[in-house]
Amino acid sequence: MSSHSESIIREPLITGENITYGQITNDVLRPIENKPTKAWWIGFTVASLGALLWVVAVSYTFWFGIGSWGLNKTVGWAWDITGFVWWVGIGHAGTLISAVLLLFRQNWRNSINRSAEAMTIFAVICAATYIVAHMGRPWMAVYSLPLPNQYTLWVNFNSPLIWDVFAISTYFSVSLVFWYTGLLPDIATIRDRASGIKQQIYSVLSFGWTGSVKTWQRFETVSLILAGIATPLVLSVHTIVSMDFATSLEPGWHTTIFPPYFVAGAIFSGFAMVQTLLLVTRKVLGLENYITMFHIESMNKIILLTGSIVGVAYLTEFFIAYYSGGEYEQYTFLNRFIGPYWWAGCMMYGCNVLMTQLMWSKKIRTNIPVSWVLSIIVNIGMWFERFVIIVTSLHRDYIPSSWAMFYPTWIEVSIFIGSIGVFFTLFLLFIRVLPSVAMGEVKLLLKGASEQAKLEKIKHGHVDKEQVEFYKQSLEKFDSVELAKYEKV
Amino acid sequence: MSSTKIILGLFDDPDAMLDGIHKLQQNSVPIYDVYTPMPIHGIEAKLGIKDSRLGYAAFLFGCTGGTVAFSMLYYMLVHDWPMNIGGKPAFAIPDFVPITFEWTVLFTAFGMVATFFYATHLFPGRTPRVMDLRATDDRFVIAIDAKGNVPHADITNILKEAGAVEVKHNDRKYVSYE
Repeated sequence: MSSHSESIIREPLITGENITYGQITNDVLRPIENKPTKAWWIGFTVASLGALLWVVAVSYTFWFGIGSWGLNKTVGWAWDITGFVWWVGIGHAGTLISAVLLLFRQNWRNSINRSAEAMTIFAVICAATYIVAHMGRPWMAVYSLPLPNQYTLWVNFNSPLIWDVFAISTYFSVSLVFWYTGLLPDIATIRDRASGIKQQIYSVLSFGWTGSVKTWQRFETVSLILAGIATPLVLSVHTIVSMDFATSLEPGWHTTIFPPYFVAGAIFSGFAMVQTLLLVTRKVLGLENYITMFHIESMNKIILLTGSIVGVAYLTEFFIAYYSGGEYEQYTFLNRFIGPYWWAGCMMYGCNVLMTQLMWSKKIRTNIPVSWVLSIIVNIGMWFERFVIIVTSLHRDYIPSSWAMFYPTWIEVSIFIGSIGVFFTLFLLFIRVLPSVAMGEVKLLLKGASEQAKLEKIKHGHVDKEQVEFYKQSLEKFDSVELAKYEKV
Repeated sequence: MSSTKIILGLFDDPDAMLDGIHKLQQNSVPIYDVYTPMPIHGIEAKLGIKDSRLGYAAFLFGCTGGTVAFSMLYYMLVHDWPMNIGGKPAFAIPDFVPITFEWTVLFTAFGMVATFFYATHLFPGRTPRVMDLRATDDRFVIAIDAKGNVPHADITNILKEAGAVEVKHNDRKYVSYE
């Protein structure tokens, strides 16, 4: 069997009429086989200017040292680690979509996994640059590796910061391998349609992929096992990131709830970033038939779920601060609302918890502009979450005489804005040179889960009338389905 | 004797192609290989291809990674330079867990993928041995070795009957070499 016969009540994953296997290839490869559009050039120009700003700001930091940042004795970590955790968190959604949803056999992942994985890799690159930049002396990075050195000392493997070195580097390289292995068949498709120098480049990149039976069989085994190991890996990465904080004695950090709380927050912010990118990508690249309203709504549901988990974690923190009776702990949490950083606390709780609760409404979940704005709000809220945890906890801890405020300099702000530029530059290059949708995997859905296959099924009869009605109602929210053709059948 | 080296049956539908494989097998025509733009489940069993053993390789690489990481940590923290950190034991197993886990995953992923590439002869720059350029796009291709499998007209008929949109008699095995 080439496809599962799917129940009529399931919403279609591919919409549109007369979609063939060739049509899928044409639609997905259009941005790669044609000259870039004006929209792409505008986006790329803005993004690369941002990346240039990043180069300037990071070079300045390396030249003058981190004294050029706004850090002080009290607040020794601020925008740097906020940015690092923010980017790592964003990266998590790609692995979640490609690995966890594969294990759960969620077929809707097939059309979004490729770009989400690419996003993972670019986000982890941004996170890793933060780590190197915040060292101030980047050449010292070598001392985080267990290499024999002139002091004959090994690194302290009891430290979560060293675990983080291993976790982030493993996560990045395994994600890269997973992503590239999945890309091979699609690169081969580009190769076999191209000519000249382009064909030669893609030929090298395709590793000589042919699509024979044995290759596909091994490919599927590799994908499944990689998904199986990437799932605990992604959970371990943010667990270890949270331990950077949780194993300290700082009120506001010293919390056992941190690992699950951080993982939920990471999925939350990651899905928001996927939503931000894909809503634009589907429109600009004309992929409405493959990234459908069902995909958008499903992602919104995950944002709602993980946003609510994060909300419960916030409440738990407050309850434990009260219940523990520890006055430093209690002060830290009160300080989030009544201290000088009350506005950051409001951004954190407001954006992450209150705003996402709007998604209980189906009207909001299926409204594209509103979903896009909400996804940006979540991104902002999750940045403030890390800022509150890091800066607001640090700026007033045990000794009131050392309380201080933190003010970023233009360098820190530039590094942050610049890292967004780096991310978008890489993403825009990606959608130009590599297929943003996994073609092989989407083709698998064509015969069973597409709208046209389901319409054919309805026309044939043999399906329950009530279920057909249910199915037709579910199509109403789709922006890429013509409802008129369902009136007759 | 014709110069045909390979016969290709091109299908635009995976189910028709499976039907083609079935019909060829009924007529005892051996199939050289099948090329598809997407994985077709169940086809390996039909063609009598054994299960992939990559899972075993992955397991062994994982065991290696875990052992290497744990041994390294033990050597560095307990054997070579045990440090007194507040009188706590140097052999702190819970602290060994994260890195042991990370390297288990790392070795599994890289070992398995390297084995996959090695076994399948995939590496950057390898000349693609493609028999039909649309096999990675929208054609499901059955390849039959023409030598010894005669008469060719019969094979063509079997493929056509199963719904092949095109049957090619190629003098060259791989078009991608041209």
